Amino acid sequence: MTTPSVVKKLKRYRFDPEWLASLPTLAWLGLFVVVPTVLVFVIAFRPSNPYGGIGAGWTLDTVRALAMPSYLAIAWRTLWMSLLTTAICLLLALPAGYTIARAPERWRNRLLLLVIIPFWTSFLVRVFAWRSLLHPEGPLKKALDALGLVGPDATLLYNPAAVVLVMVYTFLPFTILPIYAAAEKFDFRLVEAARDLGARPFQSFRQVFLPGIRRGLVTAVLVVFIPALGSYIIPDLVGGPSGEMLGNKIAQRVFSDRDLPHASALSAVLVLAVLAPLVAVLVLQRKGKRSDIVMGEAP
Amino acid sequence: MRRSRVPIVVTVLVLAFLYLPIVILVVNSFNPARYSGRWEGFSLTWYARLLESPEIWQAVKNTLVIAVSVTAVSVVLGTIAAYALHRWGASRLQRVHYTLIYQPLVVPEILMGISLLMAFVAAGVPLGLFTVFLAHVTFCVSYVAMTVLGRLQDFDFSVIEAARDLGAGPWQSARKVLVPLLRPGIVAGALLAFTLSVDDFVITFFVAGPGSTTLPLRIYSMIKHGAPPMINALSTLLLAVTLTAVLLSRRLTTRRADPPIR
Repeated sequence: MTTPSVVKKLKRYRFDPEWLASLPTLAWLGLFVVVPTVLVFVIAFRPSNPYGGIGAGWTLDTVRALAMPSYLAIAWRTLWMSLLTTAICLLLALPAGYTIARAPERWRNRLLLLVIIPFWTSFLVRVFAWRSLLHPEGPLKKALDALGLVGPDATLLYNPAAVVLVMVYTFLPFTILPIYAAAEKFDFRLVEAARDLGARPFQSFRQVFLPGIRRGLVTAVLVVFIPALGSYIIPDLVGGPSGEMLGNKIAQRVFSDRDLPHASALSAVLVLAVLAPLVAVLVLQRKGKRSDIVMGEAP
Repeated sequence: MRRSRVPIVVTVLVLAFLYLPIVILVVNSFNPARYSGRWEGFSLTWYARLLESPEIWQAVKNTLVIAVSVTAVSVVLGTIAAYALHRWGASRLQRVHYTLIYQPLVVPEILMGISLLMAFVAAGVPLGLFTVFLAHVTFCVSYVAMTVLGRLQDFDFSVIEAARDLGAGPWQSARKVLVPLLRPGIVAGALLAFTLSVDDFVITFFVAGPGSTTLPLRIYSMIKHGAPPMINALSTLLLAVTLTAVLLSRRLTTRRADPPIR
């Protein structure tokens, strides 16, 4: 390339309004999203120093330490708790999304607003509300005790079940919305046709409705499963030692041990775990040659 | 044709499940009992105790300083980004731009918190109000951009062309035509950014330093250190503030008629 053509190109870029309008966010997000993410992977290979910072040189020790049985147990627990949360959310969100989509116009917006409001209230406050609800002196425990459903010594707090319960509570609105959005576009005459042809209600639901809203289902799974994998506050406040997840370990390495490289290595694992379902969906989508997924799609 | 009643029953139960903890929390904020299992009559004790706490006021001040500055910066950045995404949506650059803007919406908060912490430590930036500000802008920009982009989707660019034909310069047509027409979207984005900044805990927890305790950080330490049910009162106040912001933002985004152009 000759010098004048380079100058020409540079000039074109400098005055290109598209670049001018995109540069501020590209620069900001590059600096505060891309660079930090790369750093997480880099720092995983650096030693820690006694002052809670990052030492000089390179090491593989931290990455090797990830194979410890205690980490594997935490990773496994994080995975099954996230999967269980996703399954329960779907089970509840499907009938809810379906009902809202089939409700009369006037009711639809009110129901939607009712679903959205809790999702806008402070997340920390909602987790705290559950903590006091499940507390040994709290109302739920008293009610269950009075009904004879639990013994007087039963603990509702500080176990994996409490974590899954609060995660379902937190992510349920996120699941209902994409299912509703897909169900709203679904042509319910197809279900009626199936019924006319002799299908039972559940059969028509499973064989006609579910495939029809596949796109919404995929989004619903991703918006629960991915944040569930990265949960930190919920297990921290209602989980106790038996309900700890990967996020708790990352926070412990940062705040208790002041060991940033170790926290980085664990975070790198989490990044890969989060990427896996996204990549899986993209691959399946390409295979099926259909744009079944909303995420990452250009506007 | 008879429809199954199961979906309706489940929906009612789901809504009850969603509101149960919130209702109990609000009710208990007026309960003078130390533990929420017993109702001891209506009282504003916890609200009074709350207002006397100097730490709370300091945290409120920090939260507002951060939220206001974050909202200002992210609204400007987010609106420009949304414009670029809409105007040149099909180009390769905008595809990269969109993916980048989408990241903060998908990535779990803890990852954003830890990666920003690593970046600040590596760059030697002292943790404090400034780092919290930088982190908040990073996720608020994406939400503002998406909100304004939604508004732009039904924007008719021929009005800009008409303004240009009538002799308006690019800056003038942006300021006098584009911005007023986009105002509901921009205001909704601003309210969203403000609410998200006020509410954020996880990311703030990682990048906050001494003297930059925000309200959620304060609430967290109150929960952790078994503070009295003052948190119920604080939470109820917070609920009232966020609900107002949300309802306001919805009114602005779902309004039928556009405001007149001045």
